[in-house]
Amino acid sequence: MLASTLSSGWFLENAWLIPLIPAIGFAFIIFFGKRMPQGGSEFGLLSMAASFAIAVGATVQWIQRVNSASSEGEHALGGFFGFARAVLPMAGEEGGHSAAFVEPVVRTWTWWQSGGLEFGVGQHIDGLSIMLLLLVTFISLLVQIYSTEYVSGDRRYTHFFAALTLFSAGMLVMVLAENMIQLILGWEIMGLCSFMLIGHWWEEAANSRAALKAFFTVRVGDVGLLVGTAVIFFGANDWAVERGSNGFSIRAISAWALSGEASNSVLFWGGVALFIAAIGKSGQFPLHTWLPDAMAGPTPVSSLLHSSTMVVAGVFLVARVYPVFFVGFDILDTAVNLITIIGGITIIAAAALAFVQDDIKKVLAYSTVSQLGYMMLGLGVGAWLPAVFHIFTHAFFKCALFLAAGSVSHSGSHHSFDMKKDMGGLARKMPITATTWMISTAALCGIPFFSGFFSKDEIIDNASHNGYQFFYWVGLIGAAMTAAYMTRATYLTFFGAPRGAAAGEHHDDHSDAHDAHAAHDAHDDHDAHHDDHHGRHAGPHESPWRITAPLVILASLAIFSGYLNAPAVGTHYFTDWVEPAGVAVAADHAATATDGEEHALGFAALAAEEEGGYSEGCGFTTPEDGTVCYAPKLSHAEFAWSKAAPSIVLVAFGILMSAWLSMGVFGDRKHPLKGLTSRSGIARRGHAFLVNKYYLDHLYEGVIVKAVAHPIAKAAYWINQNILDGVVNGVGRSGRATGEWVYRNLDQRVVDGAVNASGLVASETGHALQPIQSGKVNQYGALLFGAATVGAIVLILVNI
Amino acid sequence: MNMATITNDNWLLTVGTFLPLVGVLLMMFIPASEERTHKQIGIVTSAVTAAVGVLTLLRFDYGHSESLQFFVDSEWISVIRSNYTIGLDGISLPLYFLSMVVTLLVMIYTWDNMPDAGNPKSFIILMLVLQVGMAGSFIAQDLILFFVFFEVVLLPMYFMIGVWGGEQRQYASLKFFLYTMFGSALMLVAFLALFFQTGAESFSFAHLAEAGALIDRDVQIWIFAGMFVGFAVKVPMFPFHTWLPDAHTQAPTQGSVILAAILLKLGTYGFVRIAIPMLPQGAKAWAPVIGILAVIGIIYGALGCLAQTDMKRLIAFSSVAHMGFVMLGISTLTEFGINAALFGMVAHGLITGMLFFVAGSVKHRYHTLEISRLSGMLIQMPRLGWILGFAAMASLGLPGLAGFWGEFPAILSAYNPNFGLNVGLYRVLMVIAALGTVLAAAYLLWLYQRTAFGRPNPEFDAHAAHPVGAGVNDDHHGADIHDVTPIEWIAWTPFLIAIVVFGVYPQLMFDVMDPAVSALVERVGAGIP
Repeated sequence: MLASTLSSGWFLENAWLIPLIPAIGFAFIIFFGKRMPQGGSEFGLLSMAASFAIAVGATVQWIQRVNSASSEGEHALGGFFGFARAVLPMAGEEGGHSAAFVEPVVRTWTWWQSGGLEFGVGQHIDGLSIMLLLLVTFISLLVQIYSTEYVSGDRRYTHFFAALTLFSAGMLVMVLAENMIQLILGWEIMGLCSFMLIGHWWEEAANSRAALKAFFTVRVGDVGLLVGTAVIFFGANDWAVERGSNGFSIRAISAWALSGEASNSVLFWGGVALFIAAIGKSGQFPLHTWLPDAMAGPTPVSSLLHSSTMVVAGVFLVARVYPVFFVGFDILDTAVNLITIIGGITIIAAAALAFVQDDIKKVLAYSTVSQLGYMMLGLGVGAWLPAVFHIFTHAFFKCALFLAAGSVSHSGSHHSFDMKKDMGGLARKMPITATTWMISTAALCGIPFFSGFFSKDEIIDNASHNGYQFFYWVGLIGAAMTAAYMTRATYLTFFGAPRGAAAGEHHDDHSDAHDAHAAHDAHDDHDAHHDDHHGRHAGPHESPWRITAPLVILASLAIFSGYLNAPAVGTHYFTDWVEPAGVAVAADHAATATDGEEHALGFAALAAEEEGGYSEGCGFTTPEDGTVCYAPKLSHAEFAWSKAAPSIVLVAFGILMSAWLSMGVFGDRKHPLKGLTSRSGIARRGHAFLVNKYYLDHLYEGVIVKAVAHPIAKAAYWINQNILDGVVNGVGRSGRATGEWVYRNLDQRVVDGAVNASGLVASETGHALQPIQSGKVNQYGALLFGAATVGAIVLILVNI
Repeated sequence: MNMATITNDNWLLTVGTFLPLVGVLLMMFIPASEERTHKQIGIVTSAVTAAVGVLTLLRFDYGHSESLQFFVDSEWISVIRSNYTIGLDGISLPLYFLSMVVTLLVMIYTWDNMPDAGNPKSFIILMLVLQVGMAGSFIAQDLILFFVFFEVVLLPMYFMIGVWGGEQRQYASLKFFLYTMFGSALMLVAFLALFFQTGAESFSFAHLAEAGALIDRDVQIWIFAGMFVGFAVKVPMFPFHTWLPDAHTQAPTQGSVILAAILLKLGTYGFVRIAIPMLPQGAKAWAPVIGILAVIGIIYGALGCLAQTDMKRLIAFSSVAHMGFVMLGISTLTEFGINAALFGMVAHGLITGMLFFVAGSVKHRYHTLEISRLSGMLIQMPRLGWILGFAAMASLGLPGLAGFWGEFPAILSAYNPNFGLNVGLYRVLMVIAALGTVLAAAYLLWLYQRTAFGRPNPEFDAHAAHPVGAGVNDDHHGADIHDVTPIEWIAWTPFLIAIVVFGVYPQLMFDVMDPAVSALVERVGAGIP
C-alpha cells in the first residue's frame, strides 16, 4: 500500500514523549525541587528543552513525510497529473491546498475498556498537531527562561515551576490526543494548572477568587465537552467499530462525519455541545469574563495562557474535529452559523472593552479574547487554514506583548500594571522592551509585512470569499478597533509624560495599591529582593537579559513567522505542511489494532484532486464506497493587494485616530474630548456599560451564583432538615409513642393479661409452656407483618 | 449462561474473611489497659488479612474474571436450603480487596489518633468484626449468607458511632441503626419472596439468577421494590439519605472512612449482584425511577454541600452526590454504566475516604470543622493543605485521577440506556448529571478556597504576636497545629498512590471488571423478553 512508503522517523513515531517528559519533570519538581540549587526550575527547563528538541525533530520529519507523500502521489498518478505538481511541495499551487493525502502518524495503546471495546491512549500526529507541538514547547521554554528572572525569590518558586511544567504537559497531551478522552484529559489538566497559577499568590482573596472563577467558568463550558463527547461517541461508534476503530477516535469521528452516513441532528447537537466547551475555554462571548480576571496570576502565566496554551484549546478543539462542525453546522451552505455569530460578537465586544482598561494586562487580555474571536470566525466561515495560521502567528506576538508588559512592571513601574498611574514615557528608559512591544503591536494590528497581517487578513479575505459578507465587515471593523486600542495602550505606556512609578516616585507614595502590587507585597522574600534591586537602580531601567532575550526572539518571530504563508510574496509552506488534504482515500481494513502498532484505520492515497469550487469533493459529496474523507475540501481566497486595501486603510485610520485622541485626552494639551464622560450623560452611561463589562459579571456572580449558592442551596438544605428528616424523625417519634402506648395498653394489659390468664388456665390444666411459646411466634409474625405494611406504604409513595 | 466456577485455592476466601476473628479472640484475653498491645494486634491482624488479600489478587485468574473463582459450596443450614457458598469474580474482587486495605490503613491511623472516648480494645475489636462483615458480604454467593454478613456490619458501626462519636452520637447512631434495619426488614421479606417464588429450592445466587428471571413481571416488580428500599437506604439514595450526614458527621474519623469507603458500597453492590440479575424485568421497570432519584441525588447532594458550614458534613453530603453518579450508571443497565458504577464505587471509596481522613486530622488540630473559622491551612500546614487540594480535585472528577473514570462513563452511558429504556428521559438525566459536575467543582473549590487559601485565622495562629495588654491568654488554640505526621503519611500514602494510579491507568480495574459486567448484562438481557 502506498501509505507505507511515506517517510517516517524516530521523532514522529515517538512524539508521545513530548508531553510525557514535562509530566515526569513535574513529578521531579514536586518531589525533589525544593532540594535543588535552582529550586526545581532546572527540571522544568530541562524537560521543556528536551520536549522542544523532539518537537523540532518531529517537525523536520513531518515535512519530509509531506514531501515524500507528494512525490509518491506523482508516481502513483503517473503522467496525467505529474506536470501539475512539478512545483510541489515547496511552492504549492496558486490559491493552493496541499494536494496529496498524508497519512497521520497514529499510535495507540489500550487505556481502558468497557463492554468488550478497548479504548486507547496514544498519539495522532498530523500537520495541526505538529504545528502546535512545536509552538507550545517553544513558547513554554521561553516563558520558563523568562520566569527564572521574573519570579526569582518568590516563596513558591518551586511550585510555580511545577505548575508551569504540568500546564505545558497538559496542553501537549491535548494537542497530540488520539481520541476525545485523551483530549479531555489534557483539557482538564490545563484547567487545574490555570487554577494553581492564577491563584499563585493565594494569600490575597482577590487572587484566589480569580482562580476559582477561571476554573469554575471553564467548568461550566466543560459540561458541553462531556455531553458532546457522549453524543459524538454514540453517533460514530457503530460506524467506527465496523472499521476497527471506536467512537472516541479523532480520525474515526472525522471520517464518520464526512461519510454521509452520519445523522445531521447528532452532528449538530454534538457540535453545539462541543462548541459550548470551546466558548468556555477560549473565552468567547458570553463566557469570556474569567479571562481578564485571570490577570491576577503572575505575568509569565498570563503570557503562556494567552498565547499558545489554554485559551487556544477551544479553537484547537474546533479545528481538530472540524468535520463535525463543518457538516453539523452546514458551514459554507448557510449564511450564518453558531461559530460565526459567537466569533463575530466576541471580536467586537472584547475590542470595545479593551478601550476602557487602565491595566495594561487587561488590555492585552481583551485583545486576546478578540483575536480568539477571529480564529473562531475563521473556522466558522470555512477558513480552516487561516484560522490555524492565526493561532501560530498570534502566539508569538501576544506572548511577546505580555512579556513586554511584565518587563515594564518588573523594571519600569515597580510592579504596577496601571497605565494611567504608573507609566508613560518609558520608551526612552526601556528601549528593548519598547521596541519589541511596538513590533508585536504592529503584528497584532495587522500592519502589512508583520506576521499578523498575513494571518488575520486571510481570515477576513476568506470570509468574503466564502460568502460571509457580513462577517467580512465585522472582521474589518474589528481590525480597526484593534489598531486603535493598541495605539492607546502604546501611547499610555511608552510615550507622553512619565507618571507615578515611571517618573521614579517610590511606591509607598501611592498607598492605593493595585492587585498585583498588593500580591507582591504579600511575599516578604520577593519584596525584599526587589527592594534592594531598586536600591541599586533608582527609577525605571531596562530589564536583565533573561527577560529581554525571550522578548527579542519573540519579536523577531512576530515579524518573520508570517512569511511561512505569505501569499503577498508567494510562500505556501504552512499550507503545504499543515492543511489536511480534503480528498477521499481508500479505507484499508486489513490492518488490525494491536498495542503500539499503527492504527487500524490505514489509508492509501487514491483519488485525484477535484478542481472547481465547492460543488464536489469531501464534505460536499458522499465519498465513494471503500473510501473515506478526513477533512472537507476547502478552497482559499487568492491574495490581491486590492482586496487587502480596505483593511490596511481601516487599520491606518484606527491608528491615526487613536493616536490623535490619545495625545489629546491623555496628553497635556487642552482638548475638547477631555473629560467627556463627566460632561455628557450618554458618554458616561456608555463608559459605565463598558467598564462594567456589559454587566455580565453582575449577572453571573450577583444573580446566578448567588442564587444557587445561597437561597437555592439553603432551601434544599432546609427541605432536607425539616421535611425529609422531619418525616424520619416523625416516624421515629411516633413509632416510639406507638410502642409506649402498645406497651402500656396492649402488652401490659391485654397480651400480658391474656398470657397471665392463659398461664393461669394452663397451669391449672398442667400445660404451662405451650401457649406462651406459640404466643411469641404470633408476636414475631405480627412484627414482620407490621414492617411489611410500612414498607408497602413507602413503596406506593415511591412508585408515584 | 456462563456460570462456570473455578475451585482452585478455595481456602483463600474463607481464611481472608474470618482471619480478623483470630485477632479478636486473642484480644479477648488481654486486659483493656494494655492499649499498645491491642493496637499492635489490630495492625498485625489486619496486615496479615491484607496479605491474604494480596495473595488472592495474585492467585486470581484474570483470564476468567467473569467466572466465580475460589469457589466453595458446602452445606450450611440445610433445613432452609441455605449453603455456605462463596466465590469471587471481577465484580467483587476490587471491593473485597479494598475493604481489607482500608481496614489496615484505618488501623494504622488509629495508632496515633484514638478517638477521645478511649478504650482501644473494644474499638479495635469492633473494627475487626466490621471487616469480617464487609469482606463476607462481597464473597457471599448465597442470599442468607449475604444477609447475615450484611447485618453483621451494622452492629459494630452502631457502637463505633454511639460510643466514640461526636456530641450528638446517640441520635446519629440510633438513626443509622433503625434506618438500616428498616431497609433490611424489607430486604429480607423480598429475599424470602424470591426464594418461595422460585420454588423454595435454594438461596444460591446462581440458581436465583436463573430461576428469578422466570417469575411473572408484576411479581418481579414487587420483589424488586423490597430490595430497592433495602439497598437504597444503604447507598444511600435520595430520599433515604438523611441518616448519612448525621452518621458521618458524628462518627469518629475511622468510622467515617470505613462508612464512606466500604459500607455504602454494600448497597450499590447489592443492586449489581442481587437485585438486577435476579429480577431483570423488575430492574427494567424500576430503572427509570432509580435514574431519576440518582440524578436528583446528584443535584440535591451538591446543593446540600453548598449550604454547609461544617467541613465534615459537607464531605458527607458530597457522598450523596457521588453515589448518585454510581446509581445513574447502574440504572442504565449498560456495560458502560455498570462498569462506571463499579469503578466509581472504588474511586469514591478512596477519594472520600481520603477526604474524611483529612477532615479528621483538621478536627484533631483545630478542634473545629467550622469552615468560616478555618483559613490559610496552606500556610500553617502546607502538606495537609496540598493533600486536601489533591483529594478535592480527585473528588470533582479531574481526569487523570480516579474519580473521573466513575463519573464520565456514567454520564456517557446515560445517552444510550439499554433494553429499550426511555432514551429521551435518560438524555435529560445525562445533561442534568453533567451539570452536577459543575456544582461539584463549586462546592469543593469553594471549600478549598475558604479553608486552605488566605491567611491563617489569628485565633489559631500560634506565631501571631498577641498585642501587649490584650490580657488573658486563654489556652493556646494554635498549639496542636502541625503538619502531616509519619503515621498519617503511612496511612494515607496508599490512598494517594491508588488515586493517581487508577486515574492514569484505569485499565487496571476495567480489565478485571469488564468481562464480568458483560456477562452480567448479557444474563439480564436474556431475562428481558
